[in-house]
Amino acid sequence: MSDAAYDIVIGLEVHVQLKTNTKLFCRCSTEFGNPPNTQTCPVCLGMPGSLPVMNSKAYFLGMKTALALNCRIPNYTKWDRKNYFYPDLPKGYQTSQFDLPMSEEGYLDIKSTKDEFEPRRVRIIRAHLEEDAGKSMHDEAAGRADSRIDLNRTGTPLLEIVSYPDMRSAVEAKAYMQELRLLLTYLDVSDCNMQEGSLRCDANVNLHIPTDDGMIATPIVEIKNMNSFRSVERGITYEAKRQYDVWKETGKVLGELPKQTRGWDDSAQVTRSQREKEESADYRYFPCPDLVPVVVTDEQIEEVRKEIVELPAMLRERLESDFGLTTYTADVIVNQGRGLVDYFLKLAAVSEDNKLAGNWVQGEVLRTLNELEITVDEFNMSPEQLAGLLKLIQSGDLDSSKAKSVFAVMLESGKSAADVVDEMGIEKVDQGELEDLCRQLIERNQRVVDDVKSGNEKAVGALIGQAKKENPNVNPGQVRQICLDIINDM
Amino acid sequence: MSIIQKSATEQLALLQSGEITSAELTQAYLERINAVDTSVGAFLRVESETALAQAVKIDRKRKAGESLGKLAGLPVAIKDILCTINTPTTCGSRMLENFAPPYNATVVENLLAADAVILGRTNMDEFAMGSSTENSAYHPTYNPWDTSRIPGGSSGGAAACVSADMAPLSVGTDTGGSIRQPAALCGCVGLKPTYGRVSRYGLIAFASSLDQIGPLAKTVEDAALLMEVLAGYDPLDSTSVNIPVPAYSESVGKPLENLTLGVVEHHFGEGIDPEIESAVKQAIAIYESLGASIKNIELPHADYGIATYYIIAPCEASSNLARYDGAHYGYRADQAEVLAELAEDGSDEGPLVRMYRKTRSQGFGAEVQRRIMLGTYALSEGYYDAFYLKAQKVRRLIRKDYDQAFEQVDMIIGPVTANPAFAKGEKASDPMAMYLEDLYTVTANLAGVAGISLPCGFTENGLPIGLQLQAAPFQEEKLLRAAQMFQNATDFHTRRPEIS
Repeated sequence: MSDAAYDIVIGLEVHVQLKTNTKLFCRCSTEFGNPPNTQTCPVCLGMPGSLPVMNSKAYFLGMKTALALNCRIPNYTKWDRKNYFYPDLPKGYQTSQFDLPMSEEGYLDIKSTKDEFEPRRVRIIRAHLEEDAGKSMHDEAAGRADSRIDLNRTGTPLLEIVSYPDMRSAVEAKAYMQELRLLLTYLDVSDCNMQEGSLRCDANVNLHIPTDDGMIATPIVEIKNMNSFRSVERGITYEAKRQYDVWKETGKVLGELPKQTRGWDDSAQVTRSQREKEESADYRYFPCPDLVPVVVTDEQIEEVRKEIVELPAMLRERLESDFGLTTYTADVIVNQGRGLVDYFLKLAAVSEDNKLAGNWVQGEVLRTLNELEITVDEFNMSPEQLAGLLKLIQSGDLDSSKAKSVFAVMLESGKSAADVVDEMGIEKVDQGELEDLCRQLIERNQRVVDDVKSGNEKAVGALIGQAKKENPNVNPGQVRQICLDIINDM
Repeated sequence: MSIIQKSATEQLALLQSGEITSAELTQAYLERINAVDTSVGAFLRVESETALAQAVKIDRKRKAGESLGKLAGLPVAIKDILCTINTPTTCGSRMLENFAPPYNATVVENLLAADAVILGRTNMDEFAMGSSTENSAYHPTYNPWDTSRIPGGSSGGAAACVSADMAPLSVGTDTGGSIRQPAALCGCVGLKPTYGRVSRYGLIAFASSLDQIGPLAKTVEDAALLMEVLAGYDPLDSTSVNIPVPAYSESVGKPLENLTLGVVEHHFGEGIDPEIESAVKQAIAIYESLGASIKNIELPHADYGIATYYIIAPCEASSNLARYDGAHYGYRADQAEVLAELAEDGSDEGPLVRMYRKTRSQGFGAEVQRRIMLGTYALSEGYYDAFYLKAQKVRRLIRKDYDQAFEQVDMIIGPVTANPAFAKGEKASDPMAMYLEDLYTVTANLAGVAGISLPCGFTENGLPIGLQLQAAPFQEEKLLRAAQMFQNATDFHTRRPEIS
């Protein structure tokens, strides 16, 4: 957007449902998709006299995530009540963390392998725990305006991760979300399903517009309802353009309008103003008297830190530096999750060419997984089997297009590469035989010789085609090299 | 002396020896309630059938030689603020008129495990907000000693039913004096335990950081007996404390040696009724005669107790009572009425907001609404620091005062109230006067310490006067033993009112 008339300034608030069996303050199940109001109890229904008891597993998962995001973990935190009325909030307040969050001041690095933006460190203000609200379902059909409430979700532990407004384009925001999701997946702290709402994103967006008198900032808008990575990108892009148009029309700048909340309408591809607030919300935060403050020791923090596995950024670096993969290949493999990384590591251990292994994992293996819609755990070709195939490629016995055919048969039959090559009647052509063939072809094609001599090496392609006709087992790469060598010696 | 006039401890001995049955005892109380509660109004609901059934069951268990709980066969009245499974629990409010919780409060579980017979639910100020039980949405309770007067509150029904021999034991709650003040005004014993000593699970919250459940009884031994059953750690209440419960009823008879009592001089300053002042001073003299030494101490920040309390308690209440919104349970304003009203005044307020507004205006009484507004205001942006935060700071200073005092003395002795029971309606239109009823009691809640009220005299008009002892956190055992020493030396606890 650097050539546009403005800079977009984006900060994201991400809500992550933590992967616990039970809710944050009671023992109800957190399972998704069950019939409405079947996972409730007096505590999460907010019934009179019921009291919350903290789920330590949720606190542990929160700490683990915060540490992976390079956050500082204070030794003392507490719970606060955020008071507001809504039917899906049965207590009339949400138990959250206000002035002493469980973690603060971290960062997440993002970069683009397609050079869509400069590498960026997105700083994190804080990550705190809170309970989820229930779900309201509004059926406004036929003027009945029925509303139904499902409280199964009420009390599910959420980690709210708040970034600084450090992102400068919708692509960066999308990349941040993708990198964050990948990190959470590696940590195994959340299902991260945006459709099911276990990963949700609100964006605070405004523009910095250079003018003759310096720079102006447009009023900040919070965008909600972005339920996919694509919506995050499109919603922000739309909103930036809208804000620019509104500014050109009204000239209103930051501070002249209250903060607005807009919802992303994915079907119409627009943001729409949600119910304008008469005044800014006052949540009357105060410490929850039903819960005791949480004290964690430095030793406990270090214990949690030990549980953190190798994270995507470190893995990418290792695949590049220790295995010689390109940035792109390392990125593709790591982004698929730990399973594919492990597959690659096993393959690299039993084959001789790391780069070739990387290319095959990133290429054929990944394409197969996507086509069959399976995970790498369900992939039935062992790294050892694949290594057998790679060995034939390395030795020049198989060219890449044949190798792909062999790979396909291996997949279907479960046989080894050598067996498949035999069955397919692929024979290695003798070097002398191949050279004889090339000489004959050159003699018959003086024009190709002239073209190559005049600098057009591509012309040799015609000879490769003819060679394949004569003997389907020839390796096109080898034919090409031999022909060029002969012509150049002429 | 009829059976219902005896103490619970005596009744328990008779039950154990087989001289009476629980069914007979329960029946006797039901008859007494039937005879006098129309004049007193202590009960919101009497559960005759379930009580008798439970009594019969316990008698059978006893006959069969089965092991029995500590209160086996003794009737207990419960303040209508403690949730009981599938039983209406109204909190004295219209809001919860038809509310029957699907769970038991932990103390109710404890009572049932102790084989108590639950007699019924006692009246209270709505959501425990009040000092006279006039704020009940259902009916007032009258003081058995003079039925033109109030019994105190908010546990007015709990105190009145014991005082009028309608129950040997009763369970109340104390947020700012709600057990001790009615106990004093009705001439019975009432204990407010240390914060965290008794589980609050199932106690309908007024102010969570101040609420505690405690016993009311005719004698100190009886209070000790009931306390032993109520107290204990509960994993369902994060603020309950995991300290073993002493056998209060066994140790209560042992006098304390070298007891040092602290007297706060300005407890006797301006505003205290001379008859109360003289009764309390006499009580101090009695302790001296029993070998206690008396020491003047100071609680420098006690004067700020009421102001601090009336910020913190309403703040917590404003949030605790937000759940009564008509959406999920309890009272909800009539839909047609809400829609008609909206159509009529043409407001752009949505039906949801109007439903909330109307539900809460109709479901809550005036005092509850006043405190919700006070609390909402004090927590609002721009006021939080000046009110809530400042109040919390003062609260810490008050706690520090107590800590320092308890380095010098074992207990603090003084009055419970400045005046004896006042006439019904006398303070109803003056909230400030009503709030000052808690003057001597709120600081114990703010500091989280234990306090007990016990009878120490009568006014010329025959109204009971209470004596307050306060002890350091988790010193209930000593508190009860000290109270018992006084009771042994006096006979105020033996007098019973004549109910007209």
